[in-house]
Amino acid sequence: MNENADEGGAVSADRIQVTLNGTEREVAPDLTVLGLLESLDLVPGMVVVEHNREILSRDRYGEVSVSEGDTLELVHFVGGG
Amino acid sequence: MESIQAATGVADEPLVVGGRELTSRLIVGTGKYTNNQVMVDAIRASGADVVTVAVRRVDLDRKSEEGILYHLDPEEFFILANTAGCYTAEDAVRYARLARAAGFNEFLKLEVIGDQETLLPDVQATIEAARTLSSEGFKVMAYTNDDLISALRLEDAGCVAVMPLASPIGSGLGVVNPYFIREIKRRLHVPVIVDAGVGTASDACVTMEQGVDGVLMNTALAAADDPVAMATAMRHAVLAGRLAFLAGRMPSREIAVPSSPTRGMLD
Repeated sequence: MNENADEGGAVSADRIQVTLNGTEREVAPDLTVLGLLESLDLVPGMVVVEHNREILSRDRYGEVSVSEGDTLELVHFVGGG
Repeated sequence: MESIQAATGVADEPLVVGGRELTSRLIVGTGKYTNNQVMVDAIRASGADVVTVAVRRVDLDRKSEEGILYHLDPEEFFILANTAGCYTAEDAVRYARLARAAGFNEFLKLEVIGDQETLLPDVQATIEAARTLSSEGFKVMAYTNDDLISALRLEDAGCVAVMPLASPIGSGLGVVNPYFIREIKRRLHVPVIVDAGVGTASDACVTMEQGVDGVLMNTALAAADDPVAMATAMRHAVLAGRLAFLAGRMPSREIAVPSSPTRGMLD
């Protein structure tokens, strides 16, 4: 993935808008969920992904693509009682 | 890492929850520690093999190492996910499914809170979520009130363990109603594990003396000045309480009875 791909006069299709953990973010187009996690420096094996309210099994991270307007929740285990 | 039998040679049944044999009757949480090394040291000192964790959003603006599994080896400890922070059955079910997708096991500490101030459980919502999750194959260990009817309903909903509180979460008040705890233990067939409210070693001991199968705690360790020392105390307290229960205590009475012979005294 080349993040510096905006050739002068970048059109909006260079980035797409998604809602990531409740916050609107711009990410590169044509990403799979796996690619998205990698672009965020997250270890796929340590994260559980809910994609538009559907939980993705890890073996699907590489095949499910992220589209404009998607809502993703990336969760993991933290300390708790 | 120590059953009564291993530690003392006294015969005790192992605690089996949902088909899994636990090596300790003490289960500990992983929240609120000042740092991760103290947490791991305290858990090891407690002897617990089951540890609870919570499901939360990854903080995308921070390093991913904040995840607990970077510090806690799932090969060393059995990871028990909770639904802490959920206020509806629907939310609890959602968190439970996310937790299971992490791929460790189908056990779940179900917790549906009903009131922000006391953190007391919403029992109706807990029963509803327990029923749904049990039908989906989860092994539900449900946090609940020290109320017999709620406990019976949770057992009926398919829970593999019922976990009445000793007193409110994080309060450290100890067992406020030992009679109800005993009554729940007497009537249920699934293991009864007292969850929440234990503040210090004597609380854990008193809890186990009621005959329950185990005790779950977090703040008592994490908020102690020396969590590792408190964890060691708790390990002994749980063993002591269990042993005292198995030993069968003397009847208590409100009159004195001399321990030494009254005959044979000098004139």
